[in-house]
Amino acid sequence: MRGVDLARRAAIAAGFVFLYGPILILAAMSFNASKLVTVWGGFSTKWYLALIEDTAMLDAARISLEAAALSAAIATALGLCAAVSLTRFGEFGTRTVFFGAIHAPLVMPEVVLGLALLSAFVAFGMERGFATLVIAHATFTMCFATVVLVAALRSFDPALEEAAQDLGATPFGAFVLVALPCVAPSLVSAFLLAFTLSLDDLVIASFSTGPGATTLPMRIYSQVRLGVTPEVNAISTLLLAFVGLVLGLSALATRGRPSGAADLA
Amino acid sequence: MPKRFSLARRLVLGVPYLWIAVFFLAPMALIAKISLSRPAQARPPYEPVFSLSDGVGGFLSKIQTLTFEAYRSFGEDRLYLDSYLNSLAIAAISTLVTLLVAYPFALAMARAPARARPILIGLAVAPFWTSFLIRVYAWIALLKDEGLVNHALMALHLIDAPLSIYATNLAVVIGIVYSYLPFMLLPLYSALERQDPLLREAAADLGASPAQVFLRVTLPLSRAGVVAGCLLVFIPAVGEFVIPDLLGGSDTLMIGKTLWTDFFANRDWPSASAAAMILLALLIGPLVLAERARLGAEGRPS
Amino acid sequence: MTTKPILSVEHVSKRFGAVVALEDVSLEVGEGEFFALLGPSGCGKTTLMRLIAGFETPDAGRVVLAGADLSGTPPHRRPINMMFQSYALFPHLNVFDNIGFGLRRRGAGREEVARRVDRMLEIVQLQGFAGRRIEQLSGGQKQRVALARALAPGPSLLLLDEPLGALDRKLREETQFQLKDIQRRLKTSFVIVTHDQDEALALADRIAIMRQGNVEQIGPPFEIYERPANRFVAGFVGATNMIEGRISRDGGAFFVAPFGRLERSDRALPDGARAALSLRPQQIKIRRDGDGIPGVVEDVAFRGETTQLRIGVEGQEALRVSCAREAGFAPGEAVRIEIAPDAGVLFSGSE
Repeated sequence: MRGVDLARRAAIAAGFVFLYGPILILAAMSFNASKLVTVWGGFSTKWYLALIEDTAMLDAARISLEAAALSAAIATALGLCAAVSLTRFGEFGTRTVFFGAIHAPLVMPEVVLGLALLSAFVAFGMERGFATLVIAHATFTMCFATVVLVAALRSFDPALEEAAQDLGATPFGAFVLVALPCVAPSLVSAFLLAFTLSLDDLVIASFSTGPGATTLPMRIYSQVRLGVTPEVNAISTLLLAFVGLVLGLSALATRGRPSGAADLA
Repeated sequence: MPKRFSLARRLVLGVPYLWIAVFFLAPMALIAKISLSRPAQARPPYEPVFSLSDGVGGFLSKIQTLTFEAYRSFGEDRLYLDSYLNSLAIAAISTLVTLLVAYPFALAMARAPARARPILIGLAVAPFWTSFLIRVYAWIALLKDEGLVNHALMALHLIDAPLSIYATNLAVVIGIVYSYLPFMLLPLYSALERQDPLLREAAADLGASPAQVFLRVTLPLSRAGVVAGCLLVFIPAVGEFVIPDLLGGSDTLMIGKTLWTDFFANRDWPSASAAAMILLALLIGPLVLAERARLGAEGRPS
Repeated sequence: MTTKPILSVEHVSKRFGAVVALEDVSLEVGEGEFFALLGPSGCGKTTLMRLIAGFETPDAGRVVLAGADLSGTPPHRRPINMMFQSYALFPHLNVFDNIGFGLRRRGAGREEVARRVDRMLEIVQLQGFAGRRIEQLSGGQKQRVALARALAPGPSLLLLDEPLGALDRKLREETQFQLKDIQRRLKTSFVIVTHDQDEALALADRIAIMRQGNVEQIGPPFEIYERPANRFVAGFVGATNMIEGRISRDGGAFFVAPFGRLERSDRALPDGARAALSLRPQQIKIRRDGDGIPGVVEDVAFRGETTQLRIGVEGQEALRVSCAREAGFAPGEAVRIEIAPDAGVLFSGSE
């Protein structure tokens, strides 16, 4: 059994080195005084200081955070309505169409969805900018939110709501007093999932936003096209640390419950 | 249910339905229509443009101007055909490599002590939540000619001259494997984790060697996880834009990238829309398979 | 039923697609009565209970509570409470808030809620548990919280869906007595749904035996056991030997079993009619010698207070017989069995 045990540990170690190695190297480079990746020029925070000067980057970060918060809130609300419809209303005439339309963006290439949204915004005569960015992000992240919430509502025992009604709560009251508190951790999961997906998105944002609403990934992308720079390393590290912090907090809050990502598989 | 709740129900269903109809179904219908139009120097840059003021006659005469020209030109234009074929090939190879990398990792996690498992799988899936763009970007510094991988290999005297990995199809495959690994890990892990360890003991008790136990028991029982994982990697990989754009070379043809370039550089909306429609059609097959695999996996007692 | 009815189920039918769950079911539950719906799974007892609670609507017929037709009244407006099979305790609320849930929905003030919850905790003997979280409770404690929660609003009728099903055997027996005691003290009408005949026999004042959406018999436990209305009831409640045979009027009245003639005073059935006799295991006497029908001990199963024997007789499936454990019969032993005249219940017709 010794050899098997060793092989198991080696496989796990190799897997985590592969998963986290590149991210950690990137983070280390952001503290490298030298501009060259292969030369360690000593510890330095000068790239972070340079970042503070970079108003374009900071603006992009602010827009990304605002768009992510707003679109995730919309996506979670829409996702909750959609999940309730899909799990509670039984069969309705166009359920298959609704189900398909809700799930299609999950597997649709982002370029296709981005192109479709852009065409629609032009056809509807909507000026592209922050509003269209939020709409586009809410549209594609609501599918993820719906999947997470459908899973939560499915695993929720319907007898609990019946018990509440039996004890005198109206159907709406039973949902608010019993079902919602029980799926609250999943609501948080759904919101965080939508938030990080929006924060991360480059392709759909590029299609749907306009001048004056450049997002952080778009800004990073245009910098990366010019080459690897320590400044991009710095902003990337900050972004990774931010998501890591949010993930850690939500893991603490839900205490080992399966995350939203687990619900998706 | 009593009738007076029907208004609330209509609202709960209606709001997301309306949203998805306006911002998803209508846009999809629109690009299907644009793919049948001709490019034009106008705003929007295609014709015909339907409008409510057309009347029935105007509508009918405009319908007759719809054309399959954008699709027909793909038959002649090697660029699109090659992009599709190359996308499928790269996605298929990447999926296979991801499976080979993920399987031992998932197996090792599934066989780890029960207490450690949630932490391990949580850590393995955590990168899914971090920026895709940044994770792909991190590989540029590693794979470049003067990058860390070449630097390390040369320092170990394994190679004399730097390997050209960056800006090749190989770099794209590495990028896809790295980025989509969590999508493969999750279904594999959950399929392997719920296997009853007694099955392996029973097989060994009946005279199977460890290799036979793996091939005859563990692997067949994880089939649903393998299929689900492969589809979760393959489907998004086909339409991938960021990875071929950042890690691939100018000769790396993938349909997501070609479509993007065609759209933003040439502003040829009809041919970009037609390309998108074909890409969707290409993915419908795997999706039907995915649905079957999902139903199969759900049908099994867990 | 000795008191006036509080609940009347009148000609209720319900189908789910092609499946008939209830077919023209009528029954009445008296005020302060402990009533049991007993039947195998799929007999419609749960559907009937959900229909009384208001979670299902009947296709035909109606449910009347204290003279008022409940048709169209949603569950939350019915003065009926239910104790759910899985208890359905709200996991995000503690014991106090679970029990107070129904009181608060009725708009009870803070003081009234506190007083009433305290009283309920006392009734179910869980004083001091008010602040506990649900996941901190044992199975038996959860069961009692569920009972307290359902009783707290003071319903005119309490429905209990397999209330003891999730408890282990020993706890189940203790809880049966507690449940009966609580019901007697509160004088609330209880309707219990169960597939466990021991539970129904021990708890209920009257039992309705259900099968395939029909009520087969309604009566007190003793009557159900001693005078089953038909073969199904005889076979379902308690162990029995169903012996197929014929009626003979040749020189008296007899039931002719494959292994011999048994005397009957019952003269309703004509000569030569096919019939079946249901005999409880303890209605068959067994001796080592003397007169009687010859048989052979095939199997002996020790059951604590009694011993169950299987006695092989001519032309018939082995008979189940129970005897005192001191008797000490062994497999293979030749014995004589004796069946008293008019023992058991005779049913006409054949299976």
